[in-house]
Amino acid sequence: MYEFNYQKAGSVADAAAKVAGADDGTLMAGGMTLIPTLKQRLAMPSDVVDIGQLADLQGISVAGGKVSIGSMTTHDTVANSADVKGAIPALTVLASGIGDPMVRNRGTMGGSVANNDPAADYPGAVLGLGATVVTDKREIAGDDFFTGMFETALDEGEIITRIDFPVPTKAAYTKFPNPASRYAIVGVFVAQTADGVRVAVTGAGGTAFRATEMEAALNANFSPSALDGISVSADGLNKDIHASAEYRAHLIGVMAKRAVAACG
Amino acid sequence: MASVSMTINGKQVSGEVEGRTLLVEFLREHQRLTGTHVGCDTTQCGACTIHMNGEAVKSCTMLAVQADSAEVSTIEGLANGDELHPMQEAFREHHGLQCGFCTPGMIMSATALAKRNPSPSEADVRHWLEGNLCRCTGYHNIVKAVMAGARAMNA
Amino acid sequence: MPRDDGIGASVRRKEDFRFVTGQGSYTDDLNRQGQTYAAFVRSPHAHATLNSVNTSAAAAMDGVVAIFTGQDLLDAEVNGLPCGWQVHSKDGEPMVEPAHPALAQGKVRYVGDAVAVVIAETLGQARAAAEAVEVDYGVLPAVGNMTAAKSGKAQLFEEAPNNQCYDWELGDEAEIDAAMAKAAHVVELPLVNNRLIANPIEPRVAIGDYDTATGEHTLFTTSQNPHVIRLLMGAFVLGLPEHKLRVVAPDVGGGFGTKIFHYAEEAIVTWAAAKVRRPIKWTSDRSEAFMTDAHGRDHETVAKLGLDADGEFLALKVQTDANMGAYLSTFAPAVPTYLYATLLAGQYTTPLVYANVRAWFTNTVPVDAYRGAGRPEATYVIERIVEEAARQIGMDPADLRAKNFISPDAFPYQTPVALEYDSGNYAGTLEMAKQAINYDGFAARQAASKAAGKLRGIGFSAYIEACGIAPSAVVGSLGARAGLYEVANVRVHPTGSVTMHTGTHSHGQGHETTFAQVIAERLGVPIENVDVVHGDTNNIPFGMGTYGSRSLAVGGSALAKALDKVEAKAKKIAAHLMEASDTDVEFKDGQFTIAGTDKSVAFGDVALTAYVPHNFPHDELEPGLEEQAFYDPANFTFPAGCHIAEVEIDPETGTVTLANFVAADDFGNIVNPMIVEGQVHGGIAQGVGQALLEGCVYDEDGQLVTGSYMDYAMPRADNLPNFTVDTQVTPCPHNPLGVKGCGEAGAIAAPAAVMNAVTGALRAAGVTKPIDMPATPSKVWAALHAS
Repeated sequence: MYEFNYQKAGSVADAAAKVAGADDGTLMAGGMTLIPTLKQRLAMPSDVVDIGQLADLQGISVAGGKVSIGSMTTHDTVANSADVKGAIPALTVLASGIGDPMVRNRGTMGGSVANNDPAADYPGAVLGLGATVVTDKREIAGDDFFTGMFETALDEGEIITRIDFPVPTKAAYTKFPNPASRYAIVGVFVAQTADGVRVAVTGAGGTAFRATEMEAALNANFSPSALDGISVSADGLNKDIHASAEYRAHLIGVMAKRAVAACG
Repeated sequence: MASVSMTINGKQVSGEVEGRTLLVEFLREHQRLTGTHVGCDTTQCGACTIHMNGEAVKSCTMLAVQADSAEVSTIEGLANGDELHPMQEAFREHHGLQCGFCTPGMIMSATALAKRNPSPSEADVRHWLEGNLCRCTGYHNIVKAVMAGARAMNA
Repeated sequence: MPRDDGIGASVRRKEDFRFVTGQGSYTDDLNRQGQTYAAFVRSPHAHATLNSVNTSAAAAMDGVVAIFTGQDLLDAEVNGLPCGWQVHSKDGEPMVEPAHPALAQGKVRYVGDAVAVVIAETLGQARAAAEAVEVDYGVLPAVGNMTAAKSGKAQLFEEAPNNQCYDWELGDEAEIDAAMAKAAHVVELPLVNNRLIANPIEPRVAIGDYDTATGEHTLFTTSQNPHVIRLLMGAFVLGLPEHKLRVVAPDVGGGFGTKIFHYAEEAIVTWAAAKVRRPIKWTSDRSEAFMTDAHGRDHETVAKLGLDADGEFLALKVQTDANMGAYLSTFAPAVPTYLYATLLAGQYTTPLVYANVRAWFTNTVPVDAYRGAGRPEATYVIERIVEEAARQIGMDPADLRAKNFISPDAFPYQTPVALEYDSGNYAGTLEMAKQAINYDGFAARQAASKAAGKLRGIGFSAYIEACGIAPSAVVGSLGARAGLYEVANVRVHPTGSVTMHTGTHSHGQGHETTFAQVIAERLGVPIENVDVVHGDTNNIPFGMGTYGSRSLAVGGSALAKALDKVEAKAKKIAAHLMEASDTDVEFKDGQFTIAGTDKSVAFGDVALTAYVPHNFPHDELEPGLEEQAFYDPANFTFPAGCHIAEVEIDPETGTVTLANFVAADDFGNIVNPMIVEGQVHGGIAQGVGQALLEGCVYDEDGQLVTGSYMDYAMPRADNLPNFTVDTQVTPCPHNPLGVKGCGEAGAIAAPAAVMNAVTGALRAAGVTKPIDMPATPSKVWAALHAS
């Protein structure tokens, strides 16, 4: 690791100020991506501003038809939350499948969403549930949040404070993991919501996206068989040694059907 | 440099570290608690697993300053003198280790599981150990040891 | 009643207390007074000329103690790393054996090739300065695999114009072709034995130290064979005599072959420590391990099996290309030749076997022995093609094997490929494995899978290995530049406790327990009173280390010989004490007795007498009770057995689930069944890993694509089932313990078993074109999709 100045933020405002005041400051949530990046000398921030411990950014509340999760809530907390499980069990399934138990004890939802790794799980839920990303400055609709590979609508230094997930009628997340990293090769989040069915795909493309043709089919008939004959184009999908674009395209169909089936 | 202080295995310690000092470096090099090992640099092998405030974490993916004021426990803190902790005893009894390098992380991970699940099934154990790599045992005897150790801890 | 701490007992391991309490002492746990830290400047290019290496800016940085380059090594007359085995091509020419400088000279030849070493006060300073070393590379075209190497797109060495290291053969090609022409069936199968990375969880570490007072150099290193490192590094690289060079391999966190070899970092820290007069520590991180630890396997083969109309094997012809990487690692040339082709008879009576092996240089890290080393590759060829033959001629694969087995009464059995098998009962282990997996019930299980939309397959692997390497005269005649005996020293202390020194090295195998059990059994002392010491050239007379499942077969035999000497001397002392002839003395359960009398003397009393020799046969014996033996084996040992895998495939995703795995092995006599089972489990996991998960990938240009656990799929707990492991005992007839070795069986047998199961399941779904390892979901899906 290169040297950097570690700063512990006392509040969200303090964090924003510290990042703004640094030559090249970066926010650290759980550090599960940032610290390995630093260790491999792939980043050289002047300052690391730690918001992982901020109490304001922790916690889960369920009210008014939505589940609000503080951005620094760990995956483990989400995975084991009875409140979340009662309202959106698919979210607990998703959170319990991220990384491993030790990673889930440190990694946070906000960190994952802000990083927007193309193979991360949470972007699937944000998009699939039509969540609202709340920052220290504004509210951003899930549909507008993920702008590209490792790119989001967040401004420099903008801090996610919580994410509000509308409670769907039904939802499920199914993931096909990379055999090595266990990140998603393809993850599909399917939700039946008041505004219709949403199908979000993560892992397959540069950033999470909605499978609109599938949504239309499921709006007409919410059953796995409704997806028969719908093929996703491989154009523009990721390809690597673990999966071709064609294979990913195929897996989107398989995972989507399984997610619909899991919705019960 | 920053000052950190924490409780490690029940003992209050403090030290001066850089911002970039990893918790595992603080344990191994500053405190000379070399039972916690480093086997990778991508947060996957789990050889560095310790407990912080009662939860299993990977000490290679935390800064020492992030453990300031925390309660840390490592493999060195488990046994009571010559009397092994039930999970340590289970690993020995069931031949859950060969070269011993992943073992401290395995045991720390396993005790965290046992606290949550007093009688884990084989599938529970295999799933839980997703973050701990072993190259020697094929996991067969580790799984047996964790199941037995969890029961013994909760007996 | 058998001892509960003797031969045959599942004694809990003596070494475990320190490991489970975090008190193991691994190399990285050691720090030396005044220690500095080394970081290497490594090539990011697979192939480039080194136009210049400018260290001046780096040398001026904080904390930098010294920087050395390849030129500095040349100037200091530090030699390159030696290769321990010379293979000759079929035309009689010796293999191309290019220089292997410890720091690159003139050219870099793989990503990770070391260009310079920076030594600094802290690791952070060393790494920062390493980044500041300015290297002007002249990037050259590179060959990242054997196909590219053969194309001549780039040439690594002037002396190897086609990038070929050797073109070797075993057998008579014309004879085999004639036999093949007469065969009723000829089955041909192309096979790739995928390149693997050993990945012991402990990365390599080396600490060099130099004592200015005594002139002694010390290397602490993560090695499977400290004496071999001392020999190679001292005699060939640094020119240091043994009495001034100590090599210590303390607790080592797994080896699997990749810690056999002498690596550049070991020589550099040892040499440089004397230059800077400070200890120097180098610790590999995992990323560095991926690109610098010697890799394993990497064969491309076309095999042909000829059978008569009844399914009898007539001839096997094998053409293999083997990747050596960019330089010849310590034992690299032997792996695809003498450790591979000599095993191609397998468990069968195939009268004619021919192998042609061509070895190639590529712009990749050197390839060398990895758990099994050549023998897994041989088993993979035989057992895949036998299974394929069974399918093509419509015979049950177990029956086809049994029909061609060497029968139990045919031993010793001379194969057509040089080896003479010592003993075996192959039908026994086949039957045992079939029972264990309920072979007869497979059809019903397959039908149940089908009903659930899944494909199910079962696959056999009836493997054989040659272990206990090796008779020195034999391997010497085949090109080995070392002898391969083993050494044991048994020191009985005055009060009857025992310290044993062994030249083998334990890095997970449990020698401290197994060897102690042999001593407890033989001398009748409780196992608590026995300690086994290994891993330090200053403590141990000599040794060749641990690999090739040799420790108990060779090191244990040395121990048995040393114990014979202890017993013989002790009997004489006891005879003196009992005023009898030593020929009348019997020794059992720690007591010396004279038959037909009530005279007896305990082992402890004899030991005390040896060291307090007031009443002692001084005219006949020296005081003391310490004996040593070197043991050079009469033959290899030949463990064998049958493993069966059963898999289920989800055709929608291509995911292969290992549903069941059974192993029936014959390791000869067994000292500690618990440890043996553990060795088998671990080997199976690595074999399953090779078959389903692991594969090292370089791109065409020699960039390492699988450079971390993010892309190199290691087997995890949830990838594997519990294994069913059982053994049959056919003792080895030519070593004193009757043991054969068990460390590699799983890694040797499992890949073929799993792939036979996978390809069998796919065949039932209409996929007749076999797929290669690893059978990843994407590959399996693609095969199903294409059909």
